Amino acid sequence: MVSEIIYFSVFTIVGVAIVAIAIGLARILSTRKPTKAKLETYECGNLNVTGDPRIQFKIHYYIFALLLVLFDVEMIFVFPWAVVFKALGLFAFVEMLVFIAILLLGLYYAWRKGVLKWT
Amino acid sequence: MLSSTKLLEFASNYGIPVWALDGAIAIVFAVVLFAICAISVIINVYLLRKISADFQLRYGPMHVGWHGSLQLFADAIKLLTKEDIFPSNADRWIFRLAPVVTFVPAYLGFLVLPIGHGIVIQDLNVGLLYILAIPAIGVAGIIMAGFGSYNKYAIIGSLRSAAQMVSYEVPRALSIIGIVMIAGSAKLSSIVGAQHVWYIILQPIAFVVFLVSTLAEINSTPFDLPETESELVNGYYTEYSGMRFMFFFFAEYVALFAAATLTTVLFLGGWHGPGPEYLGPIWFTIKTFAMIWVIMWIKWTLPRFRIDQVMDLGWKVLLPLALINVLITGLVMMII
Repeated sequence: MVSEIIYFSVFTIVGVAIVAIAIGLARILSTRKPTKAKLETYECGNLNVTGDPRIQFKIHYYIFALLLVLFDVEMIFVFPWAVVFKALGLFAFVEMLVFIAILLLGLYYAWRKGVLKWT
Repeated sequence: MLSSTKLLEFASNYGIPVWALDGAIAIVFAVVLFAICAISVIINVYLLRKISADFQLRYGPMHVGWHGSLQLFADAIKLLTKEDIFPSNADRWIFRLAPVVTFVPAYLGFLVLPIGHGIVIQDLNVGLLYILAIPAIGVAGIIMAGFGSYNKYAIIGSLRSAAQMVSYEVPRALSIIGIVMIAGSAKLSSIVGAQHVWYIILQPIAFVVFLVSTLAEINSTPFDLPETESELVNGYYTEYSGMRFMFFFFAEYVALFAAATLTTVLFLGGWHGPGPEYLGPIWFTIKTFAMIWVIMWIKWTLPRFRIDQVMDLGWKVLLPLALINVLITGLVMMII
């Protein structure tokens, strides 16, 4: 267990370090001549940026994120069940059917409500 | 993997604590793993260019080295000497950190991947959950890139990417549950060990669902909406240049490689193949590249979906299919 945590942390640190070294190397090797026009935000055909890009975006993105949370939590529950499924037998299978049926009911509700429709 | 008794003896003789030994070995493995990732990216990009050229009746890169084989090295040197531009409107720190947050999780996924019998860096008991969860953190980096750039193309691209990756996360993980049920373990090496018959034969529905949602996860065509060249310029990394651009690029190809290796482990029997056991890694590599070839084949054959079609496919087709697969697997296992 300790070894696993050490490995994970070392890999994270080495990964970040490699990116940092590469970017540092590029900073030494590359040219740097910033001009005002070069640092402008890229936009189609315009020299000046029009409007604010941080607009209020579609509510759908939030709804899909909420649905993800719902089903991801379900998955975390189903995974351990699947690992020991062979040992548990019929009772566990029926239990899981009930659980998934309730969730499917939720999905069906969301579907009928029209939130899955991207307009 | 290497915590053999000899090493432990060596450490205790010289008074080195075990954690320090572990850490030192881990650093070596981490660097080796990065080298493997880099080599795989070089091979994959070369293959991608050549295969796409074949599909479109072109030659592809031909001038740098034999049949253009050194083209990517030339590209890397070019990117290394390119100017690192920070747009004046960008949020400096978020903009800077985004490539790191995108790349590192993609690379961390390989920590639990078994490439041969007993050849794995850390064989976690929850390896399957780990390999689904950790690379998914990369979505955060993509959103950071979108918000940090303060660019309309980048923000639309990153939001699309996040919505798509989040939606396909669910069918992708649910399709694997059938495999976990049959193998009786979430440890990747045990899953491969239990595959006397490849799971692509036992779990065909799961394979289709998994492959389609994997394509969406790695933003490959027909799901390449986040970076549609014709409408969003370059998607979430429009404002990036030089080395930071390269790491986004890198993360994308590492993700492709990771997807192919995971498909091999879960469905194509991993290291199993004819011949003695030490040939395992070779079989694994062959299967992985066959899988990469299939992904590229799909990439250059199909046109792009619209965003509403992508969402419909994920939630209304693949998710019910994955649940039905769990049901069928359970029923068959109850009867047998």
